[in-house]
Amino acid sequence: MTAVTDEILSFDEAMEKYDPVLGFEVHVELNTKTKMFSAAPNIFGDEPNTAISPVDLGLPGVLPVVNKAAVEYSIMIGLALNCKIAESCFFARKNYFYPDTPKNFQTSQYEDPICYDGYLDIELEDGEVFRVEIERAHMEEDAGKLTHMGGATGRIQGAEYSLVDYNRAGVPLVEIVTKPIVGAGSRAPELAKAYVAAIREIVKNLGVSDARMERGNVRCDANVSLMPKGTSTFGTRSETKNVNSLRSVERAVRFEIQRHAAVLDSGAKVTQETRHWHEDTRTTTSGRPKSDADDYRYFPEPDLVPVVTTPEWIEELRSRLPEPPAERRKKLKAAWGYSDAEFRDVLNAGVMDAIEETIAAGASAAVARKWWMGEISRRAKEAEVDPVDVGVTPELVVELDKLVQAGKINDKLARQVLDGVLAGEGTPEEVIAKRGLAVVSDDGPLLEAIDAALAAQPDVAEKIRGGKVQAAGAIVGGVMKATRGQADAGRVRELIFERLGVQG
Amino acid sequence: MTELIRNSAARLAELLAAKEVSSVEVTQAHLDRIAEVDGSVNAFLHVNTEEALAVAADVDKARAAGEDLPVLAGVPIAIKDLIVTVGQPTTAGSKILEGWMSPYDATVIKKIRAAKMPMLGKTNLDEFAMGSSTEHSAYGPTRNPWDLDRIPGGSGGGSAAAVAAFEAPLALGTDTGGSIRQPASVTGSVGVKPTYGGVSRYGAIAMASSLDQIGPVSRTVLDSALLHEVIGGHDPHDSTSLTDPVGALAEAARNGDVRGLRIGVVRELQGEGYDAGVQERFDESLELLRGAGAEIVEVSCPNFRYALGAYYLIMPSEASSNLAKFDGVRYGQRVLPTDGPLTIERVMGATRAAGFGDEVKRRIILGTYALSAGYYDAYYGSAQKVRTLVQRDFDAAFAQADVLISPTAPTTAFKLGEKLDDPLAMYLNDVATIPANLAGVPGISVPGGLADGLPVGIQFLAPAREDARLYRVGHVLESLLEEKWGGPLLAQVPDLSASTAETMSGAN
Repeated sequence: MTAVTDEILSFDEAMEKYDPVLGFEVHVELNTKTKMFSAAPNIFGDEPNTAISPVDLGLPGVLPVVNKAAVEYSIMIGLALNCKIAESCFFARKNYFYPDTPKNFQTSQYEDPICYDGYLDIELEDGEVFRVEIERAHMEEDAGKLTHMGGATGRIQGAEYSLVDYNRAGVPLVEIVTKPIVGAGSRAPELAKAYVAAIREIVKNLGVSDARMERGNVRCDANVSLMPKGTSTFGTRSETKNVNSLRSVERAVRFEIQRHAAVLDSGAKVTQETRHWHEDTRTTTSGRPKSDADDYRYFPEPDLVPVVTTPEWIEELRSRLPEPPAERRKKLKAAWGYSDAEFRDVLNAGVMDAIEETIAAGASAAVARKWWMGEISRRAKEAEVDPVDVGVTPELVVELDKLVQAGKINDKLARQVLDGVLAGEGTPEEVIAKRGLAVVSDDGPLLEAIDAALAAQPDVAEKIRGGKVQAAGAIVGGVMKATRGQADAGRVRELIFERLGVQG
Repeated sequence: MTELIRNSAARLAELLAAKEVSSVEVTQAHLDRIAEVDGSVNAFLHVNTEEALAVAADVDKARAAGEDLPVLAGVPIAIKDLIVTVGQPTTAGSKILEGWMSPYDATVIKKIRAAKMPMLGKTNLDEFAMGSSTEHSAYGPTRNPWDLDRIPGGSGGGSAAAVAAFEAPLALGTDTGGSIRQPASVTGSVGVKPTYGGVSRYGAIAMASSLDQIGPVSRTVLDSALLHEVIGGHDPHDSTSLTDPVGALAEAARNGDVRGLRIGVVRELQGEGYDAGVQERFDESLELLRGAGAEIVEVSCPNFRYALGAYYLIMPSEASSNLAKFDGVRYGQRVLPTDGPLTIERVMGATRAAGFGDEVKRRIILGTYALSAGYYDAYYGSAQKVRTLVQRDFDAAFAQADVLISPTAPTTAFKLGEKLDDPLAMYLNDVATIPANLAGVPGISVPGGLADGLPVGIQFLAPAREDARLYRVGHVLESLLEEKWGGPLLAQVPDLSASTAETMSGAN
């Protein structure tokens, strides 16, 4: 009857026939010191079942206590998303049995979220702006982590047994829910990626989350449905769970649009269900059926009193908000004088903050970009880490640049100095001294090397004498090789022309 | 029976302070009494002999060294087995927690330890505090010291019976719909449900979070006040706990005076459904209070008639969620299905099917139903509205009266098994105690005399945070009645050592 099919229509054809409607539930793990309802530490990657308290295990008799910092972080997220903040709101219990949920209910919010009715303007790469309306942002607790053992897929089906780690149980979450997003058309996949990127950037900028998607700090459930062109009744939606990279968000939305279109074209109905995203095949597969009648028997959490906010408190939190990322970016780009392409590359490399700090430490905008987008990015790529994790500080960049400007080292030597510093050999000055890396500035040894190079390549020398000054590069190369790169190439060039009696 | 165990906690504290008796002697005397009679009473699920004597010895040592000690230091206490304790098992009266040892102490237990009170052990209860007779315990019923064929009330029948049988001078109970007051009523002891939030619930295994409250069980009003002062006060681990200081409750008891006090008789908590003998004792207490200078007024709380119905929706709703955690995954019993695939759902199902008793299952099913989509508004939602109406009835009543008075329970102790197959009749036991839980107001039950040889309880209710009034008026009535009886009511309790043998062969 209802077909679950992996047939897909081409994206272009899907777009000719249908209008996509999107919706997102983004879970943000807050980086508070302690958990949402207990005093256990909120840390990532500890030994399993060590960052726990009786509350996190749901032991008999325990009671939750709301983490004030988590409430403040939630309000800050709400304010950054232009939301209204509830004067008073309850927590609610969402009841369901699952072994990663120690109490067999999740303490969440239901009827009255702390933040509601907001919006976020999302700018796509070409500058087009979509307003995404935020329905709510509510507080809740994370579940523990299940690891299914002994099966081929790592999923619960086919597993022999499962391990559960409650370190994550009770970690504070804010779930940000959009209203249905209509009108994105063929830009829907792009918008999906940009929206999640914007949320990630906002919570990172607020300092309320580590915002690392690969660690699950930001997790996205993407809802997709289609309406035949010219109609305005929403179709049946699928919910693709836990799409955990920006690229995957875009691909998953695109795939679901194509899959829905194929289902609808075949005359079948889309099944309301959750889907799992597979990065390797870039497809989704059916999860479990989900209906609006899923009965979680929500009711107000009787162990907690309502969270009450005051206008003074909210204003105090508002005053703590940093500049919104979009505005900050605009300001920095203008101040630095980067081109659109240059600035986009900087953003993609994740080095905007690093460049800002490097400039603040005394480098020019051009030098800061040259280092972060050049040598440091190259090393990052080699080591398969983010540029900011290479180990280079803004201060080190400034120091190296000063040495280059002073003519003590050249760019090539600077890279060797950096090697030394990163290898723990001391300050740049110390590395220069230890490795004997200073630029050879005494003309004597240089002239010797030049003469040797000219003698070795008499034909080139003849060309230069004949006025072909660009041929000097070969001689410069020879000199640099002979001096193991320690010569100042500019000076070498000058000396060559001097020697041969030509104008450079 | 040694005279030592007949002393009130206040008197024991005096004797200890005067070094006329040691805590080891007092504690040993109660342990001996438990050994002597608990085979027939079955008040205790666990006897904590070693630790109790060690704490007692510490107290004696500290006293000998001239240290300043808390008032009740060295006075032993029994703990309802719904409250978690390090070093003693906690079962909640259920098979599902058999053998479970809590790794943490309830806040009240920390306070008991700080007060240096030896814990005699854990007392029996209806499973997860669900019942009015203690017959729903997975470990067999507790028997009423006044008549071993009768129930000691519930759910805290173990604590009430332990106190009434002189096995402990004090006990802790929990009261969700009357589980402290109704057992006090039918055993001739005193029981107090404090204002909701007055005593931390952290470490009391939750039945219905918005109704549960830990409170004192004792033989005298003053003793309950003394214990209440030990366990009360704000707890950062319980968001619903009040920030108010506990107040001078023992002083209120000692300075009891009802002259000019307006005592409101709740029209809806008497008459039809209340035994004639209960009504007689109630009327007699009213006359004594009037004679002592109280002004007796009649108040009406029309919505109390819906309170029982609302309670039996709210309580099971919360309980269905609170008890979800007992699934065999992390602690307690784990039962594997006997056939079919071994999935987590089926293990949870088998564990809960085997681990929970019928009454617990009944309430989980009721509550799950009441919270379900499509029924929520009609059941849980309506019940919450009734709750508001009951609170308004109290507000109106307390505008006319300083305290309210009623019989604690409509009947005296019934026979074991009599109402076991009739849940509705069982539930009716709590008709007079439930309104206080719905409104969060404090209540006390004090002995009001005997009807056909069985104790009758008189209940006082006060506005929230006015627990002191209960001790003031409770102590006056206690004094007036004891003057009339020529001593405490429990002086008339049958000698258990004599009746043990015949009853053991009789009922059950």
